[in-house]
Amino acid sequence: MKREVNTEAAAEQEALAAQLGESDTFLDKMKRMAANNKLAVFSAILILLFLILAVLAPVITPYSFDEQDLLARLAAPSAKHLLGTDELGRDVFTRLLYGARVSMAVGIIPTVVSMLIGVMLGMVSGYVGGLVDSVIMRLADVVLSFPSLLLAMVIMYTLGDGITSIFIALAVTNWASVARVVRSETLSLREAEYVEAARSMGVKDFVIIMRHILPNCIPSLIVMFTLNVPSAILSESSLSFLGIGVQLPNSSWGLMVNMGRTYLYNAPWISLAPSAAIMLVVLAFNFLGDGLRDVLDPHLKNS
Amino acid sequence: MLKNIGRRVLQTLIVLFCVSLAIFVLLHIVPGDAISTMMGEHAKAETIERLTKEMNLDKPFYIQFLYYIKDICTGNFGTSYKLNKPVTELLAVAFPNTVILAVMAAVFAWVLGIVCGIIAAVKKDGILDRLFMGFSLLGVSIPVFMVAMLLQYFIAYKLKWVDISGVKNWTGFILPAIALGWNSAGSIARLTRSTLVEVLQEDYIDTAKAKGLGRAAVILLHALRNAMLPVITMMAIQISSLLSGAVITETIFSINGIGRLAVDAISSRDIPLLQGTVLFTTVLVILGNLIADCLYSVLDPRIRKGA
Repeated sequence: MKREVNTEAAAEQEALAAQLGESDTFLDKMKRMAANNKLAVFSAILILLFLILAVLAPVITPYSFDEQDLLARLAAPSAKHLLGTDELGRDVFTRLLYGARVSMAVGIIPTVVSMLIGVMLGMVSGYVGGLVDSVIMRLADVVLSFPSLLLAMVIMYTLGDGITSIFIALAVTNWASVARVVRSETLSLREAEYVEAARSMGVKDFVIIMRHILPNCIPSLIVMFTLNVPSAILSESSLSFLGIGVQLPNSSWGLMVNMGRTYLYNAPWISLAPSAAIMLVVLAFNFLGDGLRDVLDPHLKNS
Repeated sequence: MLKNIGRRVLQTLIVLFCVSLAIFVLLHIVPGDAISTMMGEHAKAETIERLTKEMNLDKPFYIQFLYYIKDICTGNFGTSYKLNKPVTELLAVAFPNTVILAVMAAVFAWVLGIVCGIIAAVKKDGILDRLFMGFSLLGVSIPVFMVAMLLQYFIAYKLKWVDISGVKNWTGFILPAIALGWNSAGSIARLTRSTLVEVLQEDYIDTAKAKGLGRAAVILLHALRNAMLPVITMMAIQISSLLSGAVITETIFSINGIGRLAVDAISSRDIPLLQGTVLFTTVLVILGNLIADCLYSVLDPRIRKGA
């Protein structure tokens, strides 16, 4: 009901696009984005750069993430320590690179898992309807009722600290919104003529879902993925910041910010470097997501 | 409309039940004994036995759950292990602080977001539009703790405009509220802009202009009224994210609020306190959404008239 206004406008836009003969392929759309949206391209490059830095961390830096140099504590940024050192003389730049590994993993892995769960439940919910639909949607309501950080905190409490727990906590908190969107797409696709045609020909439901409904959801799934990754990164950094996520001596951006908070006034680089890294990566994903949405999926414009 | 609202209330009750079940299950499958956490390592065997009986921990799981439901229905959230005070009492002390923080953050976010959104929509593609939208994306992307620390560093430490030695009166809430509201302001601004841009293209806007109404009247009386519906939904959703963010803001600014209680409860493995804070916050979110939905059906004539 609430989406009515927006979807109507989006449908109009699409009808207009169809009249103009704009039925271009995925590759065409990507090319269009690359040509019109420099910011999205720049963001994609930045994300790639962070990925490379994360993977090559041990090659790039001469230090290890937990190597202490007690004689060089709280040293300011210099040629020896690009971003200075922290309270135990650990190289901040090195810890930043290792933190990038955590952030990238936490951005991508739980998001993929939560999207798989969300897509599966959303499609079943929308396609089968009835009691199954009600049960799945109430389940989603329950998950969405929790302030996400608190739910993640409770799950972390139950599972104990560690990176796997973070993966699970974020996957559990994030599938519900995906399921809702996929369900509403499935509901409208189910009524499409080609689906009806397939059904009247006796095609099995499973095949209809896999061959006709899923492929049509993919553009919005790509957009959702790009926008869910940064929120997962923010969630992990918040958890680690609160001391409930990644634990010392391991590195995580949120954890670094928290540890550096005590030295904010005399060694601000400890906190500011990872903060800036989080912001850059999240901003890049958001810009890329916005760009992808404009070319792939005008429906989602307002969500 | 009443039927609609009635159905929503019923749905809400089901969700409330499931939420309390979920919290109960999550917190009671934790390995480790609640009593030994409470008493420390040197508790006597008979004390442990007596407390286990008193707290019904020797009963089967579902009986424990029924006791728990009975307790929360009568407003009894149990006693905090560490602080040794009724959780309800602790919540009562912390709640006003969280409310002041969240309300101030919401007012800041919504006023700033809506005003910037309107200006950006009216001056679409202009310099202000680009500037505000750039800022709003920055607002959405910047972590709450970073805003909080930047404010602390520049406003309080460098410029010394406010005192950060603790929250004594409402002025102490200004920086925390800005830090907390920053993200929400960004998303409200973006949403207000995009819906307003859409609404401004509608026929009835042309009609209003043709009637000779002034620019301000067209935007404020005709366009904004219709553009606000999705924004209200977004505001309801944000109650939840504000309460999430409050956990961090309260920790950074040392505000004795519900979020900080939850963090403390986790670090001291205080199950009743954690259970109480999470349940209480979630109920707030659910009620907030229910109110927003009812408000929505009053504001939107298509729903009000059952069309």
